[in-house]
Amino acid sequence: MISSLIGVVFDGLAYGMLLFLISVGLSITLGLMNFVNLAHGAFGMLGGYVCAVATTHWNVPFLAALPLAFAAAALTGVLLERVLFRRLYRGSPLDQVLLTIGLTFMAIAVATYLFGSQQQALHLPRYLSGQFSVYRVDLNIYRVFLLAVGLVLTVALTLVVDRTRFGAAVRAAVDNPRVAEALGIRVALVFQIAFAAGCGLAGLGGALGVEVLGLDPVFPLKYLVYFLLVVAVGGTGTLKGPLYAALLLGVADVAGKYYVPQAGAFIIYAVMLILLIIRPQGLVSRS
Amino acid sequence: MNSARASTRARPLPWQEALFWSLLVGGFWLWPKHLALASQVLISALFALSYDLILGYAGILSLGHAAYFGLGAYSAGLLATHGWGEPLLGLLTGGCCAGLAGLLTSLLVVRGQDLTRLMVTTAIGLLLFELANRLSSVTGGVDGLLGVEIAPLLGVFRFDIYGRTAYGYCLLVTFVVFLGVRRMVHSPFGWGLRGIRDNTGRMLALGYPVHRRLVALYTASAAIAGIAGALLTQITQFVSIDVFSFNRSAEVVVMLIVGGAGVLYGGLVGAAVFTLAYHYLSGWNPLYWQFWLGAFLIAIVLLGGGGVLGAYQRVSHLLRRRLERTAQA
Repeated sequence: MISSLIGVVFDGLAYGMLLFLISVGLSITLGLMNFVNLAHGAFGMLGGYVCAVATTHWNVPFLAALPLAFAAAALTGVLLERVLFRRLYRGSPLDQVLLTIGLTFMAIAVATYLFGSQQQALHLPRYLSGQFSVYRVDLNIYRVFLLAVGLVLTVALTLVVDRTRFGAAVRAAVDNPRVAEALGIRVALVFQIAFAAGCGLAGLGGALGVEVLGLDPVFPLKYLVYFLLVVAVGGTGTLKGPLYAALLLGVADVAGKYYVPQAGAFIIYAVMLILLIIRPQGLVSRS
Repeated sequence: MNSARASTRARPLPWQEALFWSLLVGGFWLWPKHLALASQVLISALFALSYDLILGYAGILSLGHAAYFGLGAYSAGLLATHGWGEPLLGLLTGGCCAGLAGLLTSLLVVRGQDLTRLMVTTAIGLLLFELANRLSSVTGGVDGLLGVEIAPLLGVFRFDIYGRTAYGYCLLVTFVVFLGVRRMVHSPFGWGLRGIRDNTGRMLALGYPVHRRLVALYTASAAIAGIAGALLTQITQFVSIDVFSFNRSAEVVVMLIVGGAGVLYGGLVGAAVFTLAYHYLSGWNPLYWQFWLGAFLIAIVLLGGGGVLGAYQRVSHLLRRRLERTAQA
């Protein structure tokens, strides 16, 4: 009983870490530019496909394919930001929703055309597969790896945002873009870099998540509500908020599917509704 | 004063409206072989009309409107499988169930801002889809509900294989609902809604009961969506959880934007364009359809609001200025 509980919490944390990596970029976009990017999951999908193709067709080792996934998603993000998103920062939410849903549909069609509608399989290197047990609790090595990567990245992100000059510029731009601009911070550039990093992280999360979340062309729509949930519950503009929200959501989802399998995703949607009603501002609010 | 005058000008003239509806009645003779498709168009039009009420007239952005469409569809379907196949009764039940759900959920929807509303409505839509999916013993899941048998309309008109009764039935229901909606949006209630859409703070300051009016509107919109869903179940004699799908919620936004939001006929025209395009393009290849739908959405946003008609007006304006300039030179 206890060992299964530990297993569930552990799996949930690993799952939550993935959700955090993928959604943190969405939180940046919303907090910094008030831009509703429903196409964010498509960057995760892109990273996943890059990783799958690189490891199976080009024989790139898995660990080397991860930066590739990051770079591909970040580059695509910069490109789209320049060509499309930038025009709509001052636009209505309706325009933003239409544009990003349009992008999502196109991404799904292109992915289906290129790779077919089936789930992609990924061959993990031998040192990342299998299990080991600690005090009779079986732990999946890949999930330990996920947690470790997630922790390292979270610490790195926090350091960048809290300690560097660039991080200070990001925080200033989130708090008050007009004053930040007046003080000589180039908000547009700051945003572009942050946006690229967010897309890259989503790509990395997508690549890491092929094994856990699965990967098929409807990925951006299937997990859209999870990403939105992380941001809605965590609030925008902080790192801590989405992190807590993602971990909580991961554990709740895994526990729900393990203990009440007949309820399925129902619990998650209900939790989202309730949280939105009690705390429309998110769990950790900025002010 | 100014905006009132602009709006009366934008309102179609009586002869235009008469022409529009007589064209639809003429459909019996104009497209006798495509009456089934035409009925689908009318149902989409009704659904788009319900969505126009909340988005076009009150500015509530929702991505979960299929929830009410689906509730209406399933109420009518379940009623028919349990032996109550009378169409009008099914329609009424569908409208009432969806309206009741709309009333309950409106309390969550209308209090937030755009983004919160978007997420709450998305969550409501997904919640109902998941619920219908889990309760597959009741709903039939993806395979759908079998044995939906609809009695003849008014005990006289059987639903025939050519879809003549279905088309007439859909047309009549759409027309009656449209008349009601038209009356509603041109009443003081409708003008109050436009006030809320354009400046909520000011309406509040004027002492207008913003919250209550939005609840009333959302309930009405949900009930109409439910009627559209019930119609779909009745004329196809089938219903599956597809009626709750996220795609349906997204599609109704697209239909309205294609036709033009905030104009009653916008939803109807948009639904016709969308449904016909879907029918012919997805028959060719479903993948192309999704791709071009996405591309089309992006194009609409980049070309600016107003749908197809707005873009046409701008292009013709530009061309005219070019011509004038070359004439001067």
